[in-house]
Amino acid sequence: MHELSIAYSVVEIATQSAKEAGATRVKEVHVRLGALSGVVRGALEFCFEVACAGTLLEGSKLVVRELPAVVYCAKCEREVTLPSVQNFCCPVCDTPSGDLRQGRELDVEAIEIDLPGDEREDASGDEHGNASVGDTQGNS
Amino acid sequence: METRVLEIRKGILNKNDEIARRLRERLHGFGVLTINLVSSPGSGKTALLQRTLRMLREEGKLPAALVGDLATDNDAKRLAEAGAPVKQINTDGRCHLEAQMITDHLGDWDLASIEYLFIENVGNLVCPSSYDLGEDVRVVLLSVTEGEDKPLKYPNIFNSADIAVITKMDLAEACEFDLEAAERNIRAVRPGMKILRTSSKNGAGMEVWLACLAEEKLARCVAV
Repeated sequence: MHELSIAYSVVEIATQSAKEAGATRVKEVHVRLGALSGVVRGALEFCFEVACAGTLLEGSKLVVRELPAVVYCAKCEREVTLPSVQNFCCPVCDTPSGDLRQGRELDVEAIEIDLPGDEREDASGDEHGNASVGDTQGNS
Repeated sequence: METRVLEIRKGILNKNDEIARRLRERLHGFGVLTINLVSSPGSGKTALLQRTLRMLREEGKLPAALVGDLATDNDAKRLAEAGAPVKQINTDGRCHLEAQMITDHLGDWDLASIEYLFIENVGNLVCPSSYDLGEDVRVVLLSVTEGEDKPLKYPNIFNSADIAVITKMDLAEACEFDLEAAERNIRAVRPGMKILRTSSKNGAGMEVWLACLAEEKLARCVAV
């Protein structure tokens, strides 16, 4: 089970962005889980609470958005959603397709934060948030 | 106090992916083909590797191996008998390898004298699927003793692999292994996947496996 280390990474990413924005607390963390991400939702939810202890995220809520696998069907000439990852065939015409267009997502989409009531954070918060995304973007 | 939603859109495994990307670049610089072997425990990764290392050495090639395990260095000892450089990665109970562990354990190895780098992942069909180790080729093993429906039970790892190897073919008959069903199931979760069949015991299929690796090396590694 690697969900605990995934949960720690979520906390790390959220904490970094929250601190850059000057937040005092993180209330919600929104993550996207693709059907082929290899992460089990229930296990992640369980581990998340543990990983949040003693951080800005303590007591926060994990909001998970699950994304189904989507492949491109060459015959139908469009993207189709797979009802099951046990069968990589177009649900319309039954043609096999391994051309995966969605399903490996494993990322933090957004966080909901509490900010102290000053005026400073509006401009600098966004700027830092975006910069940190660009700097560390991998090839996942 | 004000509440606000901050968009992040950042990959949870970005850190690992970035380390893997740098590692891949470095290994490519030396013309090394890197192969990540994944499978459930006991499906024959070490046996396949043992025979592979020995055969490559006999052909005058330069293989090396990093071997992941929760504990013990038994596999590394077994593999070292083939005469190739072998290092154990002890994960201390962790269920998968990460790119940083590979970087750390490559350490003082002279990459210029390695042509094939094998990484034997921890025996586990779930967690290793999420972690890029900087490999060129991910090979998933399925032994005939495991049953034909493994790919359907663990679609993530089979879908994330480039090549499937059905191992222990010498036992297929005794196990009443339905090869056709196994291959159908593999292709159900990964259409078009290249499937090989080997026996590390009697050597069947080994030549095809080595030819497949040589082909991958030619296609992916320009240097040397």
